[in-house]
Amino acid sequence: MLSPRTPAGVTADSEMTPLTPPIAPQRVDEDADLVAGLKRRDEAAFVTLVTRYQRPLLRLAVVYCRNTAIAEEIVQDTWLGVIRGIDRFEERAAFKTWLFQILVNRARTRAAQEGRADALSSSKEEAESPAEPAVPPERFRGADDKWANNWAVPPHSWGESSDARLLATETMELVKQAIATLSPAQQQVITLRDVEGWPAEDVCNVLLISETNQRVLLHRARSRVRALLERHFR
Amino acid sequence: MTDISTTMPDLGGLTCKEMVELVTDYLDGALPSDMRARFDQHLKGCDPCVVYVEQMRQTITALGCLPEESVSEGALNTLTEHFRRWRAETEE
Repeated sequence: MLSPRTPAGVTADSEMTPLTPPIAPQRVDEDADLVAGLKRRDEAAFVTLVTRYQRPLLRLAVVYCRNTAIAEEIVQDTWLGVIRGIDRFEERAAFKTWLFQILVNRARTRAAQEGRADALSSSKEEAESPAEPAVPPERFRGADDKWANNWAVPPHSWGESSDARLLATETMELVKQAIATLSPAQQQVITLRDVEGWPAEDVCNVLLISETNQRVLLHRARSRVRALLERHFR
Repeated sequence: MTDISTTMPDLGGLTCKEMVELVTDYLDGALPSDMRARFDQHLKGCDPCVVYVEQMRQTITALGCLPEESVSEGALNTLTEHFRRWRAETEE
């Protein structure tokens, strides 16, 4: 849960309680009616599902292959997997989770074929290895200072008009570039959590990582994007 | 340099360096209640950390506003053709 760089004295992992249980079997699947329609061979249901999920699927596929044409092939292949597998889909998981798991499998296979080892590296290993701190240590006061480890170079507010600046095309381009500098594991997590706005639990189910590791990767990714935005707004 | 007065405010027993590593857990509601109380206490006494948390929130907002990937026109047509073929093959 905490990054490995968290100083001693801060609450240990074991004392943290997860926000939500890893599986929420009671949750109603928002796609249940469309899935039933697809099983009946209803074309409108299929088209609605494709329209609903095509863009987020494509966005995640691009993270794995960094090439729009290949990403489109992966997404197409994913839908073919859906129609071939839908009769066996038992709705124990949400359709969305199942769909994105198919995509991740296809994308990983494709990345392996393309020799993109970085896209296949272990998220668990990465999350459990030491990382850069969220903020460079030189921005905090030294150990011999009366206010040791508190801000020496504090962040400055991005200002009242920051929302407009935040959403400006130029900023959006910068955010995209910032994401591209992250490790593939961080990109996968931040894309689903913050770009697509998924709850942590769904991200864990699709990427098959623990909630703790998910949050470590998200923390590193967000911290880095914030740092790049700070440089931009300075 | 930040202007910290000579009397140390109650910062919840957390340093700013620790705060920036806890912010994602804080925003995710994943801190245990005692830790969350310490985090909130620190924010009461430390304006730069308030700014930092706000910047993390703004970063999340910006990420959530990225324009979507464009989807090619032909993709849906191709998929619909596949769907119809599959329907013809699997319907009695």
